[in-house]
Amino acid sequence: MTAAIHVESLGKRYRIGERQPYFTLRDLLADLLRGTAVRTPKAKRKQIWALRDVSFEVQEGEVVGLIGRNGAGKTTLLKVLSRVTAPTAGWAEIRGRVGSLLEVGTGFHPELTGRENVYLNGAILGMGKREIERKFDEIVAFGEVADFIDTPIRHYSTGMQMRLAFAVAAYFEPEILLVDEVLAVGDLAFQKKCLGKMGEVAQAGRTIVFISHQMNQIRRLCQRVIWVDGGRIRADGPVGEVVAAYESAVAGVTADARHESGKTVEGARFCGWEIDHCGEDSPHQLASLGPVTVRFHLQTSRAILRGHHGVALFNADRQLMWARAMDGVHLEPGSYTIAHTLPYLPLRPGPFFWQVSLWEDKELLDLWDCLPEMIVTTENFQHARDEWNGVLNLPCETVLTERKGDRVDQPARI
Amino acid sequence: MATSQANTSTMRVPSAALVRIAPRRRWFGLDGRELWAYRELLYFFVWRDIKVRYKQTAIGAAWAVLQPFLTMLVFSLFFGKLAKIPSEGLPYPVFYYCALLPWTYFAGALQNATSVVVEQQRVITKVYFPRVVLPISAVMSGLVDFAIGLGMLLVLMVYYDIAPSPTMLLLPCFLLLAVFTALGVGLWLSALNALYRDVRYVVPFLVQFWLFASPVAYPSSLVPESWRWLYGLNPMAGVIEGFRWAFTGQGQPSGTLLAASFAGVVLVVVGGLIYYHVMEGTIADVV
Repeated sequence: MTAAIHVESLGKRYRIGERQPYFTLRDLLADLLRGTAVRTPKAKRKQIWALRDVSFEVQEGEVVGLIGRNGAGKTTLLKVLSRVTAPTAGWAEIRGRVGSLLEVGTGFHPELTGRENVYLNGAILGMGKREIERKFDEIVAFGEVADFIDTPIRHYSTGMQMRLAFAVAAYFEPEILLVDEVLAVGDLAFQKKCLGKMGEVAQAGRTIVFISHQMNQIRRLCQRVIWVDGGRIRADGPVGEVVAAYESAVAGVTADARHESGKTVEGARFCGWEIDHCGEDSPHQLASLGPVTVRFHLQTSRAILRGHHGVALFNADRQLMWARAMDGVHLEPGSYTIAHTLPYLPLRPGPFFWQVSLWEDKELLDLWDCLPEMIVTTENFQHARDEWNGVLNLPCETVLTERKGDRVDQPARI
Repeated sequence: MATSQANTSTMRVPSAALVRIAPRRRWFGLDGRELWAYRELLYFFVWRDIKVRYKQTAIGAAWAVLQPFLTMLVFSLFFGKLAKIPSEGLPYPVFYYCALLPWTYFAGALQNATSVVVEQQRVITKVYFPRVVLPISAVMSGLVDFAIGLGMLLVLMVYYDIAPSPTMLLLPCFLLLAVFTALGVGLWLSALNALYRDVRYVVPFLVQFWLFASPVAYPSSLVPESWRWLYGLNPMAGVIEGFRWAFTGQGQPSGTLLAASFAGVVLVVVGGLIYYHVMEGTIADVV
């Protein structure tokens, strides 16, 4: 195997001044009149390293996920690799034809027809005219816009424009593909279709580096993950390890958070938890909406007569999702399993935390923030935009029907 | 695997191509081979420009004729019939239209080139291609209008019974000179406009001043002989005199003027390429 991408001590520095959208001549003239330098001296300008000392290699045919918080430098890294912007330090070498998808529909023009935009967008991405001609019918079929292909796209709905843009992107098959988080938009069915296509591309032996915030996407497509934090590589390794480390860090959980209250009385201790019939490789991973049975293991060293058991579920922001309590728990010394069965657990993908406790009268016997956390990997049925993501993750079927016979003085509210 | 190989065969960069990404250090970086590899993208940019322009206008291509034609009428009336400016013995309409044809192209190309980098900023910040493709496409898309306007000139020549002269064969040379002048200045303006947005408000004035610094409304023979080399440094002087001469066979421009224009265009284009390349490095971070 040869390295498709080799990155060595790559760094990208932005001056804050350059982040300003643009200068105006007026400012320039005013500065000149005042006798100050045209630009502020270098030392005075604030500089930030969006990327610092980044080194890694990607082998031919490898599919690598880039994860990290917003502003960690993931997109900057892809921009440097796709040559949109030049690095400030270090270097990189890329062997093979590179294509980057930092956005879908780049260069789409509303006045042009769907057909014309397919050609234009394809050419901008880097496809040749003959290549586009050959794939044209497939692209149109994939985008489900065949009937409107000769209509200017300003008449398209946003969804249709998106689908067409994705379709072009999906048939873009360079040897090395760099993808920013573009698959997060679009409706679910279409997203799945795109993911499927991307999986195909990955299996065809192409090299892919892609950014995603959706860990289940990452799990599905990558073998290897690079975690970028503060412009540097924080971890680089197999998908399971790195994603788990990332998710715990995001949740701010430290490994020895167990029994932090310290006020527990001897007598009972929770010692483990698992999901029953999860059907996935890990007993701490939830892959379906339900039904789900969660089991907690408990050991008692003395008899508990008037026990009280509590169970609670928190999300990564420590927001309470659900809780339940029961009185009248009677236990002899021994080992027990407490199983809670829920018909649904409609949680959005990501990390969640169970907390279990056992009391006798008002006395706390044990309180455990269960480790490891529960990773939910069900499909995301939520709104495409983060700010509209709620707590619940529920599939929903929406039907729009016209009410015949009603007067239409006013537009109907749905 | 067979299908992926079929795809690879049409890829424009050879499979084993090695791209090295490093901080920018060179001050001049026009990669002719790379530019050639991106010729299809250049074609698509030009094609889009033309399509969009004609879709957004009500009378479309007619503008290409109307613009120089109406200006020609005004010039013929005021500069010709009233001010009695000499016209090398040519009918005023032909004298002016010959000059306005390349001038309209030049002025349009400048306007186009000035805004192209800013208009395409979304593309610039998302996809790599040699950035110089943008001003080149902006300058080339005006050639369609030019060709349509050329038809009108031929009509005028038939109407005024001017026989085509063998100097017509030199026309492509002067057209090339016009294209390169527009490209050279366009490189400067597009890069400047990306940095200082008010440049586009300056361009209409620039075009107006330039019009009077070029022999559009008058023949260059009015300029004193001893100053002609300086006057000729404005490449449009060479272009316009050249166009008149090529079409009518009359008013051969002086050698000094042509040589100066040639030198002028080389200066503007080389300077433009250097400045554009320097700006290119920051453009994706600034726009």
